Formats: sequence, structure tokens, C-alpha cells
Amino acid sequence: MSAQAFLLRHPGVVRLGVVLLLLLIWEIAARWLIDPMFISPPSRVLASLGSVWQTPGVPAALRLTFFELAVAFAIAVVLGLSIGLAVGLQPFTRRSLMPIILLIYGLPQITILPIFILFFGIGAPSKIAFGVTHGTFPIIIAVVAGLQNIKPILLTSARSMGANRWHILRWVIFPHMIPSFFSGMRLGMTGVLLGVLLAELYVSTAGIGHFTTLFTENFDPTKLFGLVAMLAAMAIVLNEMVRRAELRFSRWR
Amino acid sequence: MATRDNQAQSFGSRLVQVGFLIAVLVLWYLATTRWGVNRLLLPNPVAVWQQLLDVLRSGEYLPDLRVTLTELVIAFALAMTSGTIVGFFVSRRHSTIRVFDPLFAAIYSIPIIMFLPLYVLFFGLGPASKIALGATISFFPIVLSTIAGFGNVDRTLVTAARSMGASDFHLFRYVLVPGALPVILSGLRMGFTIALLSIIGSETIASLAGLGHHIVQLAEGMDMARMFAYIAFVVVIAALLNGLVSFLEARGRRWA
Repeated sequence: MSAQAFLLRHPGVVRLGVVLLLLLIWEIAARWLIDPMFISPPSRVLASLGSVWQTPGVPAALRLTFFELAVAFAIAVVLGLSIGLAVGLQPFTRRSLMPIILLIYGLPQITILPIFILFFGIGAPSKIAFGVTHGTFPIIIAVVAGLQNIKPILLTSARSMGANRWHILRWVIFPHMIPSFFSGMRLGMTGVLLGVLLAELYVSTAGIGHFTTLFTENFDPTKLFGLVAMLAAMAIVLNEMVRRAELRFSRWR
Repeated sequence: MATRDNQAQSFGSRLVQVGFLIAVLVLWYLATTRWGVNRLLLPNPVAVWQQLLDVLRSGEYLPDLRVTLTELVIAFALAMTSGTIVGFFVSRRHSTIRVFDPLFAAIYSIPIIMFLPLYVLFFGLGPASKIALGATISFFPIVLSTIAGFGNVDRTLVTAARSMGASDFHLFRYVLVPGALPVILSGLRMGFTIALLSIIGSETIASLAGLGHHIVQLAEGMDMARMFAYIAFVVVIAALLNGLVSFLEARGRRWA
């Protein structure tokens, strides 16, 4: 009874147990049931992380992918914020241009990936560009939504108290935009990760995609799983950083 | 007065939107004919239009379309069945929701497409890896929305139905499903959209057939006008499929 009560109060413990159980099933399946050409047990993947890291070029590839993600995210935030402000501050531009932005955002961007490669080459620029186009739109949409949700009475009262345009921007619009801007940044980070990783997997000479292809073609599942685990860890850390920032900055109200 | 202002404004907005599209087309045309942008980077829009007509007339898209649609249907059927069933059973108890909901949400927040190499290694280059990946990716929005849908059905409705003597089936059919369906349907629509995207994406990255694969083939053959035409074709197909799903979602909502 008390054990049950403990588990009910700590769902995290049960969650950890579920994850461990799944890993155990995977371990058993990979060790005894499935051809080791295609899958590797988690214990062996964990043990191989060191040797994956020592494979010549892998640390550089992870660094390069991280660099692409960081640059793409920075550009996406700047572009998304400036386009969002330019479109969202005036009701006329918002009503005219938002449908176009939503239309472009709704297109399956993956179909134009080959064009990005032809334009920007197979190096880092094409990954960054593809990450930027995936990450910018959610930020634009969030910024415009944030601007739209400001209560008109706040603007009117600020103006009646003699605030000029800059004061209104600085003291009314920006503070109210921050929560939706940060939730846009979180969605933007998801988009940037998706875009950069898609482009990396499509074609890559030195980034992470090069090594996933290499390990797949050599039927080396242990190293492949290890590399993908590192990549997943990078994605989780980046997501978590933006999510923490969102929690931190949306609390002021 | 106000309505006339609104009308004038919305007319202005339409004008800007149409003007934007025309400007893009004119700039594209001028860039290829006057400003000497390389044909290998940007084909002439007229040539693209002719190629598009040719693609449609020749019917060469049929085998690829069939492969992609088959993958999509199987992947979505798998995700829909497993997502709604798992979601329903998780949603039955408060404790299981608290255990599994954050777990699914955490996995959903990372780009699952990066596991594609594992899927290719395990399932091969053929349709199986696309189906498996598409099903995995679209499982998460479906399961999360099913948990949210069934989990948030008003408790008083359930208690009231029970006290009036509803059986398990009656409770499910007349209280739980109508209450949860709107949320589940929007999850299904989202799952469908990202299943389509991830299937075209994985065809682009590593495959033997399908719409995404065909675009890559044309890109590698530097057949730019035809590639642009094919991209336009795939975009239209995707838009049609998404429109169909939105329509079915609206119908389903009304049925509930």
C-alpha cells in the first residue's frame, strides 16, 4: 500500500521504470532475437560511445552540426522577429501579408531541399539556409500573434498618458510580446533542428550526415546508434535550453 | 460607414496579396530572360509550366504517386490504430496519464527524422523504412491528442451517465467518444500531415521510388525545369491531401 502510494506521488519514478523496461526489451531482442547486422543492444551502444567519439572526424562533425544549428537559429530569430514586427505592427500589413506567410509555411518544404543544395552547395551553407527557412516561419507567426493579442486599451491609455511611438514599443508592446516570442523561439528551434538534420541526412561531406551514411553503409549499427544518441542528446539539450528560457521569461505577468 | 471602410481595407489586402504573387512571377520571369540568371539554378517559368503540363499528360507520376500513397496509407493506418488504442488505455487512469504523457511529449519534441538512418539500416531502402518512420512520427501527435481528448472528458458527465445506468459500451459510445472526438480528430489531422512530410522527406533522403525520390532523380540529372514542375505537382498533391483531411475532420466533428 505505501509503495503504491509512493509510486502514485512520484510518476517520474514509474516513468524511469518504463524507460528501463523498454531498454531491457531492446537489449534482449538485440542480443538474442535479431541479426546483429541491423541492431545493437543498448549496453554495447553505451560502451561504444567512447570509440565513436574517437572515430576521426566525428567530434568535428558534431561541432559542425552544432555550428550550423546555432547560426541557423540566430538568423531565424533575427529574421523572424524583424519580419514579424514589420508585418504585425500595422493591421493592414498583417491582414495583407499573413495569409501569404501562412500559405508558404504550409507548403511541404522538404520538396525543395534539392534546390537548396543546388543553390548553396553541399557544405554548411545549404544546411543553415534550410534550417533558417524551417525556423523563421513559426517565429514570425508567434510574434504576429503576440502583437495581435495586446489589449487595445493598454495602447490607448499609454498614448493618452503622452507616450510616443518608441515609448509604446519599449514599454507596452515588447513586454507583452515576450511570452509569445519565446514560445515562437521554442517552435523555431524545433524547426531549425528539423531543417538542418534533414539537409545533413540528405547530403553531407563533413557533418553528422556523412557519418550516419558511412556507418549505415558499413553495417555498423553500434556506432550508428551511438552517433544518433549523441545527436539526440544535442537536440534535447538545445530544446531544453529554449524551453527553460521560455519558462523564465514568460513568468513576469 | 465602418463596413465600407472594412470592405475597402479587405480589397486593399487582396490587392497586396495578388500583387505579391504577380511580382514574384514577373521577377522570376525577368530574372531568367533579362538578367541572365543561370538556367541550371532557376529555369524559365514558361518552361516549367510546359513541363508541368507534360508531366500531367504523360502520367509518368503514376508509379511514384502509387508508392508514396501506399506508404502514406499504411503508415497512417498503423499510427492511427496504435495511437488511439494506446492513448485510450493511458487515459483511463490519472496515474498512467502522469507517467506516459510527459514521456510521449518529450519524444515528440525531438526531431524523430534523425533516426532515419537506423530505420534504413533495419528496414532497408524500400517502402518498409518509410512506412515505419512515418508511423512512428505520426504516432506521437495522435497518442497525445487521444490522451488529452479522453482525459479531459467532463467527469460529471461520466458520473451522470453511470448513475443513469449506462453500460461500459454506452458510456464509451455516447459520452467518451463524442467528448473526446474533436481533440482526437485534430491530432489525427496533424499526424496525417507530418506522416506525409516525413514520408516524402525520407524518400528524398534515401529510397528507391516515390515522389520524393523522383524529385531527387531530376535534380541529379540537372533537369531543372522538369524538377520545378514536379515539385509544383507534389506541392499540389500535398495540398489536396491536407484539404481532404481537413474536410474529413470537419465532417467528423459534426457527426460527434
